Amino acid sequence: MKMELIQPFINAADAVLAEGLQCSTTVGSLSMEEEAYRRKGVAALIWVTGDIEGRIIFDLDPPTAVRVASKFAGTQLPESDTLVRETVCELANQVTGNAITALNDQGFHFRVHPPILHTTDGSKSSEDTEALVIRFETASGSVFMNIALRYNRRCPGERAVAAGQ
Amino acid sequence: MEQFAPVKRSKDGQPVRYLVVDDSVFARRNLVRIIETFGGQLAGEAGDGATAITEYERTNPDIVLMDITMPQMEGIEAAEKIVRQHPEARIVMVSSVGYQENIVAALQRGARHFVQKPVKPEVLYEVIKYVLGEDATVASAAGAGA
Repeated sequence: MKMELIQPFINAADAVLAEGLQCSTTVGSLSMEEEAYRRKGVAALIWVTGDIEGRIIFDLDPPTAVRVASKFAGTQLPESDTLVRETVCELANQVTGNAITALNDQGFHFRVHPPILHTTDGSKSSEDTEALVIRFETASGSVFMNIALRYNRRCPGERAVAAGQ
Repeated sequence: MEQFAPVKRSKDGQPVRYLVVDDSVFARRNLVRIIETFGGQLAGEAGDGATAITEYERTNPDIVLMDITMPQMEGIEAAEKIVRQHPEARIVMVSSVGYQENIVAALQRGARHFVQKPVKPEVLYEVIKYVLGEDATVASAAGAGA
């Protein structure tokens, strides 16, 4: 994965988290992962298809998810609340959407699919499991963004079929 | 959350009624919180485009806030179908995907405006006033707390 693909996601996550949490964020760590993805807590997954394909996972441990969701919602939420999971999905949606918008301005074309809760711990499969993991430090705790993207070398017609168009 | 001078309907002085469409419950709640700070009233909610069409028929809102990426039927298609039946419909697309093609497609198919997520209340407030135009009046700040 090239940095030109990753930087818009870092910028978007920084902006969305800072806006929602009303605090500054820092990149705590950045690492490559080739092992099967292991969910840390509340995780939302978004698929993108088009010139670049792959998936982005946002993952927060349960206490952090509650703190982040409560901050975004403007009210204290219980850990069991479905709104906590909803908020993580919407967080993933906003970050991915903003990043895709920036990449589109660079000439890449995508389709963003609705976020889904990532409920499995992942199984080893295919080249797509090579992922970049970025840990954002916020006042509410660590937010992990796991990105596995690759350039789509298929022709435009095949891409349209893959995107369900 | 900041309070804004209430935006009322010019014809009867009643609160502006909103239909909020988003597949995310969180996003809908957030939008409802924001429109309440504008003095607005929730007319209905929908979690997908198809439901948005039936809710529009049922509630006849003054404004529709419509997400784009949704399951079953996406927001732009739903906006087009609503406007085809109700050319007077005022639909504001609210999406995290804000690239030009998306915005142009939404506007060409009947949306009146576009607001990118995360939604900044002050931006949405200005867009609502612009879209409503002379059909809305802004109460004085002194009346905001009344």
